[in-house]
Amino acid sequence: MTTWLQSLPPGVIMAVGGLLLLALRGRALQFGLVVLPVVSYGHLLALPAEHVVQLTIMGLDLVPVRIDRLAMVWGHVFHWAAILSAVYALHVQDRVQHAAAIAYAGSAVAAVFAGDLVTLFVHWELTAVTSVFLIWSRDDRARKDRDPEECYRAGLRYLIIQVASGVVLLAGICLRWADGGGLEFEGLATGDITSAPLWAQLVFLAFGIKAAFPFLHNWLQDAYPRGTHTGTVFLSAFTTKMAIYALARGFAGTDLLVPLGVAMTLFPIFFAVIENDLRKVLAYSLNNQLGFMCVGIGIGTELALQGAAGHAFAHILYKALLFQSMGAVLWSVGTCKATELGGLFKRLPVTALCCMVAAASISAFPLTSGFVTKSMTLSAAAEGHMTLVWLLLLFASAGVLEHSGIKIPYFAFLAPTKKDWSAIERPPWNMRAAMVTTAVLCLGIGVFPGVLYRFLDFQIEYEPYTALHVVGQLQLLLFATAAFVWLVRIGAYPHEKRATILDFDWIYRRALPAGWDRVVRRSSVFWTRGGRLAENARQDGLVWIQRWVGDGAALTQTRTIRGIALWVLAALAVGLAWVFWLH
Amino acid sequence: MSHLISIVTENLPMLQVVLPMLAAPLCVVVHHRRATWWVALVVTWASFANSVALARKVYLEGPLSYFVGGWEPPWGIELRIDELNAFVLCLVSAICAVVLIAAPRSFDQEVESDRHHLAYAAFLLCMTGLMGIASAGDAFNVFVFLEISSLSSYGLIALGPSRRALSSALRYLIVGTLGGTFILLGVGLLYMSTGTLNLVDLQQRIPASDGHRTIVVAMVCVVVGACIKLALVPLHGWLPDAYTFAPSVVTAFLAATATKVAFYVLARFLFSVFGVASSIDRFHVDWVLLPLALVAMVYGAAAAIFERDVKRMLAYSSLSQIGYMVVGLALVTKSGLTGGIVHLVNHGLMKCGLFLAIACVVLRFGSPHLGVQRLGSTHLDRLRGLGRSMPWTSAAFVLGGLSMIGVPATVGFVSKWYLVLGAFEAGKWWVAALILFSSALAIAYVWKVVEVLYFADPPRREDEVGEAPWWVLGPTWVLVGASLVFGVWTAPTVRMASAAAEVLLPALAGAGP
Repeated sequence: MTTWLQSLPPGVIMAVGGLLLLALRGRALQFGLVVLPVVSYGHLLALPAEHVVQLTIMGLDLVPVRIDRLAMVWGHVFHWAAILSAVYALHVQDRVQHAAAIAYAGSAVAAVFAGDLVTLFVHWELTAVTSVFLIWSRDDRARKDRDPEECYRAGLRYLIIQVASGVVLLAGICLRWADGGGLEFEGLATGDITSAPLWAQLVFLAFGIKAAFPFLHNWLQDAYPRGTHTGTVFLSAFTTKMAIYALARGFAGTDLLVPLGVAMTLFPIFFAVIENDLRKVLAYSLNNQLGFMCVGIGIGTELALQGAAGHAFAHILYKALLFQSMGAVLWSVGTCKATELGGLFKRLPVTALCCMVAAASISAFPLTSGFVTKSMTLSAAAEGHMTLVWLLLLFASAGVLEHSGIKIPYFAFLAPTKKDWSAIERPPWNMRAAMVTTAVLCLGIGVFPGVLYRFLDFQIEYEPYTALHVVGQLQLLLFATAAFVWLVRIGAYPHEKRATILDFDWIYRRALPAGWDRVVRRSSVFWTRGGRLAENARQDGLVWIQRWVGDGAALTQTRTIRGIALWVLAALAVGLAWVFWLH
Repeated sequence: MSHLISIVTENLPMLQVVLPMLAAPLCVVVHHRRATWWVALVVTWASFANSVALARKVYLEGPLSYFVGGWEPPWGIELRIDELNAFVLCLVSAICAVVLIAAPRSFDQEVESDRHHLAYAAFLLCMTGLMGIASAGDAFNVFVFLEISSLSSYGLIALGPSRRALSSALRYLIVGTLGGTFILLGVGLLYMSTGTLNLVDLQQRIPASDGHRTIVVAMVCVVVGACIKLALVPLHGWLPDAYTFAPSVVTAFLAATATKVAFYVLARFLFSVFGVASSIDRFHVDWVLLPLALVAMVYGAAAAIFERDVKRMLAYSSLSQIGYMVVGLALVTKSGLTGGIVHLVNHGLMKCGLFLAIACVVLRFGSPHLGVQRLGSTHLDRLRGLGRSMPWTSAAFVLGGLSMIGVPATVGFVSKWYLVLGAFEAGKWWVAALILFSSALAIAYVWKVVEVLYFADPPRREDEVGEAPWWVLGPTWVLVGASLVFGVWTAPTVRMASAAAEVLLPALAGAGP
C-alpha cells in the first residue's frame, strides 16, 4: 500500500465520498451507497493494527490517525453498522439523505481514530452537521408520524445542541492549550471529576451532552423518533456510541460515571413504558443501554472496560436491528404508534422474527449477543463489591425486558387488534436482507462469544456461560415476563398515552420560559421600572436593535454625501485633536 | 529567445502593472465585445502568472527593487516588492483572472452591449491601479495609482443596471476623492518635512524629525484617507450602495481587491513608513483603530442580519470582515497581524465566491433593482426554494457562508484562529470574546439565507429556473474551493502572511504587549 493511503484517516473515504454521492442518481447512487462503506472498511483492515500518523498544522501537533485495540472495536462495528444500514436504505431515492448518512458514518469513524482533541473536535462537529439531514429529509412513507414542520424544528434543536457540545469541547481544548497543555486525546481525567481542572470538566460535559447524560438527554428522545425510517437506523448507531468511545478513551475510571450511568439505566424505564411512539420507546431504551456502558467505564477495571466496549459492539447491532424492524413497520403501515398497531406478525413475519431476535438480545437472553456482553459489566460491578450498583443494574435489566424486550414486539406484532393488514405492502428485499443479516450476527455472537472476544482481541478470559449466570439471568427474565403477563391480564399495565411525553424537556421548553415570564411579571409589581426594562429587553430587544440597524433604519439607510462628508470631517478633527493632545 | 526571456524575468515587477495599463486603451480600440474580453483575459492571466513568479522569487531571494527606466531612487521611480507586496499582488491578480472568466455572461445581462469594451478597459485600469499601489516604492506613486484605481472603479460601478448605480457611483466618487485628497495632502506634508517620497527613505528620515508637527498631521491625513478607501466604520457610507448597485461581477471584483489594497496602504504607512515607535508607541493610533474596528465587526454583522437584500447583506458583512482585518492590525502582535493579513486573502477568496454566487442568481432572475415596486432579484424572497432548482449555486453560497462564520476546515477559521491568538497575546481577552460574538452573529445572517434556500417553498411554479451557466458557476466554485483548500492546507497562505507580518515586525519588536 502506498504511504498516502496509510496516512489517510479511516472513514475519510466515506466522509468525502459521501459528498460525491450528491452528484449521482439511480443505480450509480445505490452502488456508491453500498460500495463506499465496504471500501472504507477494506482500507481500515489493510492498515497496521498499531498505527499512528502525525501532522503539524498551524503549529499544532495533530494526530489524525491513531489505531489501537480500543479504537478498533468501534472501527469494526461502525463499519458493520454503516454497511448494514446502507443496504437497509437502498430502496430510498434521496441523494441528500444518502450523502448525509455516509458522510456522517465516515466522520464518526474518523472521530474514533482521532489521536488528538482538535481532530476529534472537527469530526465531532462534522457528525452533527451531516446527521441533521437525516431528520430534515422528507419521507413519504412516514407522513403520519413526521410532520415536516415538527421535524424541521426538532432537527434545528438537535443541531443546536450537537454544535453546542462541540463548542463546549472546543472551549475545553482552548483552555487546556492556554494552560500549556498538549492536545493528546488520552486519559484526560480519572477518579474525582469535580477536582479535575476546568478544561477537563468542560470536555467531560461535551462528551456527556452527546452521550445523553441525565438532564442532557432530551435531544435524543426529541430527535431520533423524527428521523426518516432509514435515517434513524444510522442515527442510532453512531452519535452516542462515538461519545461512549470518547468517554472510554478520556475518562476511564471516573467515579461520577457510575452514579450517572445507573441513573441513565433507571429513569428511561418509566417513560418508555407509557410512551406510545415505539421509536421513541427505543430512544428511551437507547439511553438505558448507554447507562450500562457508562457504569462500565466508570468502574474502570479492565473487565469493566472490556464489558463496555463489547456491550457497545453488540448494542449497536441489536439496537440497529430494533430500529430497522420499526422502520420496516413505519414503511409498511405509515406509523409506529403502539395504539395503531398490533397483529402484524402474519403479514410481516420476517420483520417480526428479526424484531424478536433483537428484543431477546437487548434483554440479554442466553444465546444472544446481549447476554455475552452485558453480563461483563454486571460481573465487574459484582467483583468491585458495588452491591447497590449491581442491584440497581439488575433492576434496570428487568426494566429493559419490560419495555424493549416485550413491549416492542408485543404491541407491534402480537397485540390483539381488529385492523386488517392484508393490504399493506411488505418491506422490500433489501430491508429484509439487512434485518436478517443483523439478526444472524446477534445470534452468532451469542452462540460463539469466544469468536467475538478473539476478534476484538480481549485481554481477559471471560466465560459467560456458567451455570450461575445462565440460571440467574433466566430467573430474572422469567419473573419480568410473568410480571408483564400478569399486568396485562389484570389490565394494570400502564396505557400508552396518545400524547407527547416531555420528561425533563418540560423544564427546558415549558417551565424555564414560563418561569422567566413569571419572574419578569412579579418583579414588575415590585420594581415596575426594572421589571419593565427586563420585559422590554426580552420582548423588544430585537426590535430595539432593528430600530438602529434594521432595513432602512437610522444606521443603515443610504447616506447622503453631506452625511458622509461630515463623518470624514469629524474623523479628521478627532484624529488631529488626538495627536495634538498626545503631542 | 533566451534574451527575450531574460528581459521578461528582469522586468517582472513592471510588467504586471504595465500590461493591463497598455491593454486598456487596446480594448477601447478593438471595441468588439468578445475580442476585448479575450484581450483582457490574456492580460490578466499573464499578470497572474507574473505575480506568482514574482512571489516565488521574493520568497527565495528576498525583497526586490526595480528602478523604472533605470533611474535610481531617490530621483527615479522605484518599485519595491517584499513579502507583503507579493502577497497582495497575488491576491489581486488571482481575483482579476478568475472573475474575468465570469464577466462576459454576466455583463451580457447587466451592461448595455455597446459598453462592454469600456467595462473591460475600466476593469483593466482598475487592476493597473491596484497592482500599482501594491508595488509602488514611493508615496507619490501610491497616490497616483490609487487615483487610477478609484476613477476606473467609479466608472465600473456606474455601469450597473439600475439608475441608482449612478448616484451610488457619484457618492463614491466624491467621498473617494476626499480620501484621495487626504492621502495626497499627507504625502505632500511628508515631502515638505523630509524632502523625499521614497518609502524606504521616509522610513529612515521620519524618526530623525521625531514628532514634528507636520509629520503628525501627515499621519492623520494618510490614516483617514486610507480608512475612507478601506470603508472602516464610520467612514463606510459609500460602500453598501456601491456594492449593491454595481454590476454583479464588478462587486465581486471590488469587494475582494479594492478594500484589501487600502488595508495594505494603511498597514504599510502605519508600520513601515511612520514606524511603530511613532504611530503606536507615541500616538497610539491603535487605541483609535481598535474600538472602531470592533464596532465595525459587530455593527456590520448586526446590520447584515436584518438586511433583506442578499447583495446588500454581503456588503454589510464585508464591513464586518474589514473590522476583523483592522482588529488584527490594531492588536500590534505578530499573531494578530498575521491573522489580519491572512484574512485579507481569505476574505477576498470567500467574499468574491459569494458575490459570484449572487451573480449566478442574478443571471437566472434577470437584472436586479429594475423598478422600485418590483422586488430586486437579489431580494431574499426571490431565493425561496432555490436549493432545489439551483443546487450548485446554493451549495457554493452555503460553503462560502460557512467560511464567513469561521467553521473549521474553512479559511474563515484560519483567520479567526490567528486573530483570537493575537488577542490573547496582547492580553485582550475581551477582544477575543467580541470576535467570537461577531462570528455568532455571522451564523445568524448566513443561516437566514440557508433557511430560505433550502427550507422555503418556491413562491410560484413558473418561477422554476435552471442552474446558472458553468462560465459563471466555474469561477464561483474555484473560489469557494480555494477557500476550503486553504482552510485545510494552510501552509502557503499562513506562511506568506506571517512572512508579511515579519516584514512589518522588525519595527514591532520594541512594541511588545
